[in-house]
Amino acid sequence: MQSLDVQNRSATTTASPQVRVAKEPVAKLIDISKCIGCKACQVACMQWNDLRDEIGTMGGVYDNPTDLTDQSWTVMRFSEVQRGQDGRLEWLIRKDGCMHCEDPGCLKACPAPGAIVKYANGIVDFVSENCIGCGYCIAGCPFNVPRISKKDNKAYKCSLCSDRVAVGQAPACVKTCPTGALLFGAKDEMVARGAKRVNDLKERGHAQAALYNPQGVGGTHVMYVLQHGDRPDLYSGLPVDPKISPWVALWKGITKPLLSIGLGLAVLGAFFHYVTRGPKEEEPGGKA
Amino acid sequence: MSSHVAMKSGDVPRYNSNERVTHWIVAITFLLLAASGLAFFHPAFWFLTSLLGGGVWARILHPFIGMVMFVFFALMAMRYWKDNVIQPYDREWNKRLKDVINNRDHNLPEIDKYNIGQKQLFWTMIVTMVLLLVSGVMLWRPYFADAFSIPMIRVAALVHAVAAFVLIVGIIVHIYSAIFWVRGSMRAMTRGTVTHAWARHHHPLWYRRTTGSK
Repeated sequence: MQSLDVQNRSATTTASPQVRVAKEPVAKLIDISKCIGCKACQVACMQWNDLRDEIGTMGGVYDNPTDLTDQSWTVMRFSEVQRGQDGRLEWLIRKDGCMHCEDPGCLKACPAPGAIVKYANGIVDFVSENCIGCGYCIAGCPFNVPRISKKDNKAYKCSLCSDRVAVGQAPACVKTCPTGALLFGAKDEMVARGAKRVNDLKERGHAQAALYNPQGVGGTHVMYVLQHGDRPDLYSGLPVDPKISPWVALWKGITKPLLSIGLGLAVLGAFFHYVTRGPKEEEPGGKA
Repeated sequence: MSSHVAMKSGDVPRYNSNERVTHWIVAITFLLLAASGLAFFHPAFWFLTSLLGGGVWARILHPFIGMVMFVFFALMAMRYWKDNVIQPYDREWNKRLKDVINNRDHNLPEIDKYNIGQKQLFWTMIVTMVLLLVSGVMLWRPYFADAFSIPMIRVAALVHAVAAFVLIVGIIVHIYSAIFWVRGSMRAMTRGTVTHAWARHHHPLWYRRTTGSK
């Protein structure tokens, strides 16, 4: 979307277009304590983005489909947990999908110039026509979100409806949520709203309630309000402290310039050896 | 390839046509792999994808070309490993590496078909080729990567990059030595023979072994 300035572009070493006055960072706030698991957001996502997943099989649980796919950019994950002394059963329902990291591991890992962009408003978007299908984004993502289509070998994930946001609309999932569990707006405002909701929950006995805006990835532009903020893993394995894997950080960090320079030096070293020492020639007809 | 025939023509046979074809298949596939691999490694090399028809084609072809390289390299490895076992005289020779680098070759210990630099390159290639094969299969989409966990793929990606770096540096030295540095080497891999003087100077033990002369 040209209407949004690009802050960061995959496999690009020069500045991206960014002369327009800085856009305000946006965020989606997912209040898990208000979610009823109706999956209207899943349907809205399919409808707006023209996605139709294959009709799968019932796996004995409410999760349907059971995982993110190239056609299902958001799925509800249901988990039953018992906490506290009374062992009361709780049904925790998490809307899974791209977290739109401030420091996106997918973008860091992507080798194709411009296949992944991060807009000035914080949205991380896959520009599929530039995607080469290598799957490095899957290795880079700390949340296991990108999926490669079997149809075209390109990676797909939630775009946070960047096309809607570009024209001042909220993402389709937010637009359709019947309980107000999904909110969309300026990131500052969403953080403030989340904090307020966390206080409400604390007053109602959820002493560990917290806003999930993990700093290991620089914060995210999709945040959760968690009743059990001390245990994000209860929510179908939400990472407790997500960060870009040290392997990926090495591979896409210091290794890139270091090894590239190393190769250049090897070639230069050979050249200057020739210039200073010259070729090795046997003595004609003679002994070594 | 009886040495007698070659002796008549005044040359010493070093590689027969099968060996040369195998070597050049490995060499050509290596160049294509290095070009596409570097393109995925750093954006500065992205333009190299055009050699293989663009980014998507480079991604599709790279692993298949890699399989071809590995198979033909394996043939070479089986043929040459015995010649690359490091011997005591190689260590002596290695002690004078500084003289070798400065082209002061007088009274170097006598060595066989390969010097220690060539032998080290051989074993480095064995290790890096195996690492590249294993990590490469783990990264290979859409066919095999799904069979491996994401943490394993992350390790494979780093191993693949570092092993490729080591291999490419080794091949830079190999190409420089064969084409530019050690005069008269290139024809061993193009025409299959070297001169008597070259063989006597660089590989005296091998020279006497193959020609029977002293």
